[in-house]
Amino acid sequence: MAIHHGRGFACINYPIGMNLGGDPSQALVHSTPDGKFKVTLSSIDLGQGIKSVGRQLAAETLGVPVEDVFVDTADSDTGPHDMGSFASRGTHRMGNAIIRAATEARAQLLEAAAEELEVDASDLSTDGRGNIHVKGAPSRSITVEATATAAQFNQGRTLAGRGIFLVPLSEVDSDTGEMTPVSSFAHAALVIDLTVDDETGAVEVQHINSAYEVGRALNPRLVEQQLIGGAWMGVSHALYETTEPLYPDRSHGPVDFNHYLQPGPGDSVPHHISVLERPAPDAPFGGKGPGEMCANPVLPAIANAVFNAVGVECDSLPITPEKVLRGIRANGGARPQGRPGA
Amino acid sequence: MHAEYRKDLFADERSDDFDVVGKPVIRQDILGHVTGRSKFYDDHAFDGLLHMRCVRSPHHRARIRSVDSSAAERQDGVVRVLGGRDVPVNTNTLLSLINFGRDDEPLLATGKVGYVGQPILAIVATSVRAAQEAVDAVKVDYEELPHVLDVEEALKPEAPIVNDEYPNNTFDYFDTYDHQKLRFGDVETAFSRADHVVEGEYQMSPIEQAPIETCGAIAAPETSDRITVHTSTQALFFSVGVTAKQLDISSARLHFIGGTVGGGFGGKVDSHHEPLAALACLATGKPVKYMWDRAEEMQVGGPRGGERWRIKDGVMRDGRIIARAFTGFFDAGAYTRLSSYAVQKSTGHLPGPYSIPNVASNVYCVFTNRTPSTAMRGFGITAVDFAIERHMDKVARVVGMDPIELRILNAYRDGDMKAHRREAKNCALIESCQAVAHKAGWRLSADAARASSKTGGGEGASGVIPETVTDDEGRIGERRRSGLAPEPFSGQGTRGLLPEGHSSNNSSAFGNAPQREDMEAEIERLGFKGGPGAPPTPRGPVDEAASGARPTVPGETSRPAGAGGGPTLPAAYAQRPAGTVDQSIAQPPAQEPAAAEVESDSATTHFQRGVRRPGVSRFISGSRRR
Repeated sequence: MAIHHGRGFACINYPIGMNLGGDPSQALVHSTPDGKFKVTLSSIDLGQGIKSVGRQLAAETLGVPVEDVFVDTADSDTGPHDMGSFASRGTHRMGNAIIRAATEARAQLLEAAAEELEVDASDLSTDGRGNIHVKGAPSRSITVEATATAAQFNQGRTLAGRGIFLVPLSEVDSDTGEMTPVSSFAHAALVIDLTVDDETGAVEVQHINSAYEVGRALNPRLVEQQLIGGAWMGVSHALYETTEPLYPDRSHGPVDFNHYLQPGPGDSVPHHISVLERPAPDAPFGGKGPGEMCANPVLPAIANAVFNAVGVECDSLPITPEKVLRGIRANGGARPQGRPGA
Repeated sequence: MHAEYRKDLFADERSDDFDVVGKPVIRQDILGHVTGRSKFYDDHAFDGLLHMRCVRSPHHRARIRSVDSSAAERQDGVVRVLGGRDVPVNTNTLLSLINFGRDDEPLLATGKVGYVGQPILAIVATSVRAAQEAVDAVKVDYEELPHVLDVEEALKPEAPIVNDEYPNNTFDYFDTYDHQKLRFGDVETAFSRADHVVEGEYQMSPIEQAPIETCGAIAAPETSDRITVHTSTQALFFSVGVTAKQLDISSARLHFIGGTVGGGFGGKVDSHHEPLAALACLATGKPVKYMWDRAEEMQVGGPRGGERWRIKDGVMRDGRIIARAFTGFFDAGAYTRLSSYAVQKSTGHLPGPYSIPNVASNVYCVFTNRTPSTAMRGFGITAVDFAIERHMDKVARVVGMDPIELRILNAYRDGDMKAHRREAKNCALIESCQAVAHKAGWRLSADAARASSKTGGGEGASGVIPETVTDDEGRIGERRRSGLAPEPFSGQGTRGLLPEGHSSNNSSAFGNAPQREDMEAEIERLGFKGGPGAPPTPRGPVDEAASGARPTVPGETSRPAGAGGGPTLPAAYAQRPAGTVDQSIAQPPAQEPAAAEVESDSATTHFQRGVRRPGVSRFISGSRRR
């Protein structure tokens, strides 16, 4: 009886945005008289961070400090229409809508400042710290706050913008499956190191090395939390979870977390991540939504590593100790395959 | 656990000079979350709040002979008992909001039940306990009926009918087929000339989304005859639309508030709580909460469906995969929900991130007598990725190749024609493989280490839609009548042949143009390099050793590269002349002329489907052909 080491690989791509399109998102941006901007949406923040990403996209596009932007979302009386937070569409669709709304508001802001400075709006730029200045002449400037006050109290001008982003609907061909599913794909590749105990069938993941290509990490900490959490979810799918352990039989279904197994804190796996950024041409600042895809490569990589460790094909999930042990017995013992890539 | 950022890769396509984007800005809502003060839907308190529990089916499939709720109605605290007859529009399907599929699922079952846990009555009481005790006092007389739980059993002629709207136990695609087809090239012929044929079957388990906050909604009367609904929904306007439809009231009377949700992972899009809570609020004039407990979340809430996938690959000795066929079964459970959509999503994903010249699939959305499955993180993709990546390792063993090198050899590259007949762009699979191999100390051959997503794609046949064999096998009802096996290319049906050609629509799925020019962002402020003025990526003959170009396959006819090139800007960001206002949906960008030796344009006219202006529905603009 022994502990066997195994190493497995998998790589994937993931379609970003609701498949086949036809799913608009809208955003509204407006300024208070002292130059603070409100972004109004109907996105849902499930923990993925769309409020924060939306705030950053708005601040960057407006050219104002992020502290001066606040996102208010999901009140159907005030927020314009959005299809919802699913299908890796939040950052892609709503992000683009926010950029458009913020772009229109920025144009109003620069026009108002141009009137105050008596220059042409196209000669103006922002410094991201709350000032608007003449390009190449930083001393000829006015604050965003003073501009907003002047716009609303002297000029009678709103500093507001509207944005909508719609990927037009694609039909699907009945005979060939021809379609335009999405506009961009995120990518991931992953190496899992694990051990298999040939006496108990227990699988223990030791390390995850991963590379995730996300277009652009709009907020690196939010990207990392998605990737770490998603990989944890992948480990859980591969080794622990199911609502129907005897599928397709429905008996013995778990009804609480005592019976619905997931890895505990002591089972979290050291995860070494590389982030790659190949900006997608139609995504906001090139950023693709990383959240949905990140569990996917973990499942096959674990199954491939289990085969590498003991020579058992695990083609149905989850990979329980019982399945591993039965496989080892059917093979007449563990059959380690040797370390790949050595 | 910290991430390294490979800023060296794709640096020529990116500028990183931003004030806010790319910075680790603290979350807007995190202080409220970590101090326990953020308001989730269940944190809204109301005087006299009523609670709802449901009477649920204990059977997989049964006829309801009678329901006796008289004892329950007399119990202390019970305010109202609601059944299917109390719901103005009881039957719905979620995607009716985009005109896809037929209404097939009752909010509260009448006459019969199709899965264990299906709700029959909703009881409103002054406490959760009173509601549950009333539920326990309801007497339902069932006549148990035969049921089917396995997807392939459900396809057999003798299988019980799960869902009366779809009596063949499969979702109807295009009013024509009992599955979604993908046909690209000719897999049969390719299998016959392959050195190896590798087959496998893979099974995904049903999984619970397991959010910390269980699904629910509180509906409360507002002034002016409106209803305020605090909800955990992932899709605010989907829930508004479903509620307005099922209650048959104007959406002007609905005020939905959400947006701060304790995890979703796909399990909070089904919009069942909002209409039931709002119905009870209308019926009682009181605030009503409908919230699942953990057992309901796990066994009544839609899980990730159990998917079964079969893959058959034709592989050459050098590791090149020349054909791949799939048969996929989505276990929808008793009603459609979103499974019909996931089937098409998975079809567009095939054959994975690889460039394979002959691909075919039949994917079925199958009804069985189990809890309807629904969306979950990776919906439509997770299970097929498990299948593909398990299968790639088996192929690597058969041909005796390193598993990563096999993937890099077959990886899709910019300019390759994908099986759904659109050109691949913005690829980065090869670089992801190389980056992780480097990180994990996994040695790659010099060729694999030098490969690039940016070179070698679209060369020869890989940039062209191949001549394609079609068939009309699997017409609706045919399988149930004849008992045909659900295999692609069973030899049944009339065969056809579509000519080789280029895609007529290489636009990818770019978004609509901005409504007005002052919504059009200045491209240089969005961080892209390599705009319209940038030189295109070198194409055509290249020095393989130096460029990482794809090695040519012996025996494949080589053709000149198709149109394509370096990164281009989408229509959405393209500069337009001042003063023009584009009110139409974006048109595909003008095509570069096709390379000289490619078949004539007439060959491509067949493929001019695709982007079309959406139809109009109440909340969601868009419609889909059935």
